Amino acid sequence: MLDIVLFAVPASLVILGALIVIFAKNPVHNSMGLVLTLASLAVIYITLNATFVAMVQILVYAGAVMTLFLFVIMMIGVDKPEQTREEIKGQTLLVSGTLFILIGIISYVVINSGFKWDLWFPPVDYSLEGTPNIIAGTLFTEWVLPFEVISLLLIVATAAALALAYDTKPGKKK
Amino acid sequence: MSIDLIIGLTKAFLILGLLLTNTILLIWLERKLVAGMQSRVGPDRAGPFGILQTVADAVKLLLKEQILPLKADRAMYLLAPILALVPSFLIFMIIPLGPSFDIEIQGENVTVDLVGANINVGVLFFLALSSIAVYSVVLAGWSSGSKYPLLGGVRASAQMISYEAAMGLALVPVILYSGSMSMTDIVQSQSGFLSSPIPLLDSIVGFIPKWNIFPQFVAFAIFFVASVAEVNRAPFDLVEAEQELVGGFHTEYSGFRFAMFFLAEYINMFNMCAITATFFLGGWLGPTFSGFLPPIISAFMPAVWLGIKTFSLLFIYVWIRATLPRLRYDQLMELGWKRLIPISLIWLILSSIVLGVREFGLPWS
Repeated sequence: MLDIVLFAVPASLVILGALIVIFAKNPVHNSMGLVLTLASLAVIYITLNATFVAMVQILVYAGAVMTLFLFVIMMIGVDKPEQTREEIKGQTLLVSGTLFILIGIISYVVINSGFKWDLWFPPVDYSLEGTPNIIAGTLFTEWVLPFEVISLLLIVATAAALALAYDTKPGKKK
Repeated sequence: MSIDLIIGLTKAFLILGLLLTNTILLIWLERKLVAGMQSRVGPDRAGPFGILQTVADAVKLLLKEQILPLKADRAMYLLAPILALVPSFLIFMIIPLGPSFDIEIQGENVTVDLVGANINVGVLFFLALSSIAVYSVVLAGWSSGSKYPLLGGVRASAQMISYEAAMGLALVPVILYSGSMSMTDIVQSQSGFLSSPIPLLDSIVGFIPKWNIFPQFVAFAIFFVASVAEVNRAPFDLVEAEQELVGGFHTEYSGFRFAMFFLAEYINMFNMCAITATFFLGGWLGPTFSGFLPPIISAFMPAVWLGIKTFSLLFIYVWIRATLPRLRYDQLMELGWKRLIPISLIWLILSSIVLGVREFGLPWS
């Protein structure tokens, strides 16, 4: 019983947050909806005994990324209701049609693959203590190459963003 | 009801009561100390030494009208004070107040940890909640629908993000030294005295307790500066600079909602000092005098030691506030990004090298 409550409450908050992201008109409300989604996901991680992942989820996504989102929204002052006029003719129909086809293909594959899912999570192994140790162990032995490649990718992305923002060609005015 | 639930609820109510009464004391103490440093008298009308002044102020704030500005964003305006208060109460949950002890309840032996929740990633919990606290300031500033609070909110988000990075980086060497992210283990790792492989040095440093502040003094300095900035205290109080921004993010708030911001600010300050004491000053460790004192008093000595360390740090906070002028905004950013973060990275590399040599020996031997 307690398991179901502990899953159902954060799960419905995740969906509520996602709906706010889609339907709220004000960008600040949208981003707060996303914060709700991310924080409720962290609660689900805690019920799965993954405290480390939950804390990193709050720290990185709800804490750092979304604060930067809000900061940018406030700095450039786009905190006005979004205009709903279509820029390209029939874009809503086009996008939703493509999306439905995509969902249809995925459902077709899933149904025909014989995949079965349980309604609730598999039982959690509460004997595993010290999740940071386990994560660090696998990350720095088994997955060390992908880990380093990702860090390289992030550095390249940062450098590219800096190069785009600070274009210091002579004779060019900002 | 199970015994665990009863113990948990008791802890929660005790912590709530402790933080609320402590804030009353803290505000009075700060006003008295600043008054003393500026050759004034300070509050002295209500109660002995004016100690009831804060209670009077709180009652006044509760009875005042709550104003909702016309241009305010209603939902966010009401959410912001709650987001300020809840993380500040939750952070205290991870601070260990003493060693765990056994008691007998209804014929059963129960071990009670003197900490709200002993989670194995306590350090990350603290960092995560202090990053959630940024939202209250940002949302309060934005939702008031007024210029000064908005400026305060933008300043606050930039400042708190910058100094959070330095604060987290300063904590990494401490985690490496203690070998754990659990607050209880970090306190335990600081018990005993310093030792040195050189015999002559060993007899000198052998009297110094093994607190993290001694091997990690640079990390302590960075963490302390960053923590003052994180709780928006002078000299980093640009967020609510009265001369420039009227009151900053809480200009439009009145009555009880203003009191919630005020309360959260002082609880955060107390939490930050208690956490600094836990990380660097040995937490509740200290002599319990169990031979001289009756056992009921010596059982409370760990909490008393933590209190003494916390209030010494709080005294330094107030001292700084009464002494230093406010930083300019560019100086604030320069201090954070160009000084604190590079120094903490260099210190992290140095202390990892020392730790590696101590663990595995020199690479060429």
